[in-house]
Amino acid sequence: MTRVAPASDAPPRAPTHLQRLEGESIHIIREVVAECARPVMLYSIGKDSAVMLHLARKAFYPGLPPFPLLHVDTTWKFRAMYEFRDWMARESGMQLLVHVNREGLARGVDPFSHGSRVYTDVMKTQALKQALDEHRFDAAFGGARRDEEKSRAKERIFSFRSSHHRWDPKQQRPELWSLYNTRVHAGESLRVFPLANWTELDVWQYIQEERIPLVPLYFAAPRPVVVRDGALIMVDDARLPLKPGEQPVLKKVRFRTLGCYPLTAAIESEADNVAAIVRETLLARTSERAGRVIDHDTAASMELKKLEGYF
Amino acid sequence: MADAVLRSHEQQSLLRFITCGSVDDGKSTLLGRLLYESQLIPEDQLAALKQDSKRVGTRGGEPDFALLVDGLAAEREQGITIDVAYRFFATAKRKFIAADTPGHEQYTRNMVTGASTAQLAVILLDARQGVLTQTRRHTFLASLMGISHLVLAVNKMDLVGYARETFEKLAADYRAFAALLGLKDITAIPLSAVHGDNVVHRGTNMPWYPGPALLEYLEDVVVDEAQAQPFRFPVQWVSRPNADFRGFAGQIVSGTVRPGDPVRVIPGGYESRIARIVTAGGDLAGAQAGQSVTLTLDSQLAVSRGDVLASSDAPPQVARQFEATIIWLHEQPMLQGRTYLLKSQTTTAAATVTPLKHKINVNTLERLPAERLELNDIGVCEIQLDRDLVFEPYAVNRALGGFILIDRLTNNTVGAGLIHFALRRSQNLHWQVLDIDKQARARQKDQRACVLWLTGLSGAGKSTIANRIEQLLTAQGRHTYLLDGDNVRHGLNKDLGFTAQDRVENIRRVAEVAHLMVDAGLMVLVSFISPFRSERRMARDLFAPGEFFEVFIDTPLAEAERRDVKGLYAKARRGELKNFTGIDSPYEIPEKPEIRIDTTTMDAHSAAQWIIERVAAVQRTGDA
Repeated sequence: MTRVAPASDAPPRAPTHLQRLEGESIHIIREVVAECARPVMLYSIGKDSAVMLHLARKAFYPGLPPFPLLHVDTTWKFRAMYEFRDWMARESGMQLLVHVNREGLARGVDPFSHGSRVYTDVMKTQALKQALDEHRFDAAFGGARRDEEKSRAKERIFSFRSSHHRWDPKQQRPELWSLYNTRVHAGESLRVFPLANWTELDVWQYIQEERIPLVPLYFAAPRPVVVRDGALIMVDDARLPLKPGEQPVLKKVRFRTLGCYPLTAAIESEADNVAAIVRETLLARTSERAGRVIDHDTAASMELKKLEGYF
Repeated sequence: MADAVLRSHEQQSLLRFITCGSVDDGKSTLLGRLLYESQLIPEDQLAALKQDSKRVGTRGGEPDFALLVDGLAAEREQGITIDVAYRFFATAKRKFIAADTPGHEQYTRNMVTGASTAQLAVILLDARQGVLTQTRRHTFLASLMGISHLVLAVNKMDLVGYARETFEKLAADYRAFAALLGLKDITAIPLSAVHGDNVVHRGTNMPWYPGPALLEYLEDVVVDEAQAQPFRFPVQWVSRPNADFRGFAGQIVSGTVRPGDPVRVIPGGYESRIARIVTAGGDLAGAQAGQSVTLTLDSQLAVSRGDVLASSDAPPQVARQFEATIIWLHEQPMLQGRTYLLKSQTTTAAATVTPLKHKINVNTLERLPAERLELNDIGVCEIQLDRDLVFEPYAVNRALGGFILIDRLTNNTVGAGLIHFALRRSQNLHWQVLDIDKQARARQKDQRACVLWLTGLSGAGKSTIANRIEQLLTAQGRHTYLLDGDNVRHGLNKDLGFTAQDRVENIRRVAEVAHLMVDAGLMVLVSFISPFRSERRMARDLFAPGEFFEVFIDTPLAEAERRDVKGLYAKARRGELKNFTGIDSPYEIPEKPEIRIDTTTMDAHSAAQWIIERVAAVQRTGDA
């Protein structure tokens, strides 16, 4: 956002949509640093995390963001995500914490044997709580957006969580203007969503305008996939058990959202650059989270996961 | 449309608006249709909608757009929305963030929250119902929160046969009401959310309507922008990454800034100039309201979080005491005298709520006396801080005039406030010291000045007794004056009625007049029903110890009503007289009056003599 105000004395044009969103997000990130004792940024390696991290780096330039990044690792991410994560940690100069639920791993919890519900609970929700408790973080930035899903449309920007990390939709603090109440008692915490007011399209437009680097999986390329329950699942490594009749085929695909590879569906696409993706996104007739298998488990499933402490 | 949006997004502006109305007005349906028809509802959500519509929809299997915006599972079961939800949609010209708030009893809290970030309000009403109490309430709240652009969306025109007269009468009624609130920018649009008329496209059912469809209007409306105001930059965080760099990080809340601009650091008032506007993408030649930047100054000044950098020639004010409107957001009521944390911009201070002046009935806009604020109450009070706050009146600058109140024990956000002005009484108004004082004037009259405050029901005998006291005192050579309730209402207080609030003002004025008369050395008799303890207390507090005598003329209601000298009880019983004390307005019995007269056992003359003796006894004790 290097656009400058006009040099004349004429009143400047109103800031653009993206300038406003950027201004709001940076304000939110700085407010957490100014008022919270131990903030952390949850870094999931996806495009929303990429934008959030970019905004954090801008917020504190010429210094570094004064908080670490935390990756809650299920061990089932795409290989390209791990490579990108480690590159980004070096590139940003920030501390990267990686947390794995060792207990879950030891008990052999994986996306296949226990179903996506149990797997997500143990390797994501429980793992996240373990990490937050272990480091005693009082505020955690997340890249969630209100436009993603119905239960998130009412989420606060500063979302209060009890000492058990629970989200009570009836007990959320009213949030007026850009005045955020950051006060918590020991053990309680905040989840903070700097991208709350961004849409998927805004995220892509901003990535394009700011030239933000992304995991290559977002761009269409020939990749080995199998068709499973109508979804295209990429065979990222040898751990994916193939079902009878499943034969990996090379298709030109990309991912709208990145998670655990056995649970993340690809879409067939020719879009191999940001502009093409923006064009596709605008015309998209399938919403973003539909690519995530976990949302379809039960009706209102995201709401249930939020109540339990999932982001 | 895709290419148009791609080309135009760099010029696309943002409009944040709020939709106000109840479930029955078709608000969710309208929002759902805006989303649906701007073609931004993804396919899978559309499939889910069709499924849900069959299961829980209210439109007999037709797509129920309301289901698109009713989010939480709990809400779907109850058939209502319970909080503020934010919706996003875009056209080639603009991006929109719509705050959707429910219409039931939690309304004030939710609507105030949604309105705080909105630039425009869409007030929805049902063409069959007309301008209802809730319409007035929505409009008042929007105006209170500083929204000056209103759209009156007259929905369900299909159910009134798309009748032009119905729409025009509604619009005229509404404008007349809105004018009372000083609202001028009102656009009325007739529409049918269910059928789509005038929502996105004009349609053919109302050829008599010459104006834009709702979405067309929202795309083009010009809203006041903060950048036209003087430069304000609350310092959020001081950036010191190394010994060579000291920058001030924050968001510009109004105005514009360029390197070289003279600025003041408030409070303190030190002047400096902007050296650089630092961003990760390179230094900027200028920045404006809404942008978050880091500024450096060309001189070393102690600047910290809570300070505001402001244009030199028009700096904001600094104060510790304010009058403000408070909107109470929590089940635990706001109590006067309690200390809360106040957060305004980047400053957090301890704030004590001193007198609560009144609360406002959001349905009638009536001012009512109040001791405390309950959830969803709106009141006006004074706030005292433990430190200086940089501010501007909310009506001038929403960012520097708005604040939240936080409970110190629970950390809940319990209130929201709008600053009116700083209280400068104590600083600027000096008391003129006079050489001749109250004692000197009273000595000259050979008496001790005092006030005898006779309170009791109408018909209790106050005036009769007061009149008798004055006769007896005058006979003793005392200088007196009798302030009688009925007489004062013919002159000084003829502008006041009998609502609780007017009664409070009635007493305040009389107490002040009595105070001046006591200062003049007189023995003042006040004969007023004065039904409320708090106002008698307020009157008492104006006087020195030993000067104020509360005299309770105690006559049972049945007895007063039986006497009914003026025929007022009969009228009140017939309903011809509203707010009559003892009938439909309370009388709060004095807890510790100096003197109590039981008129069922004492006649007026004996009562007058007894009162004079009691007063004399107290005054003698005071002398001793």
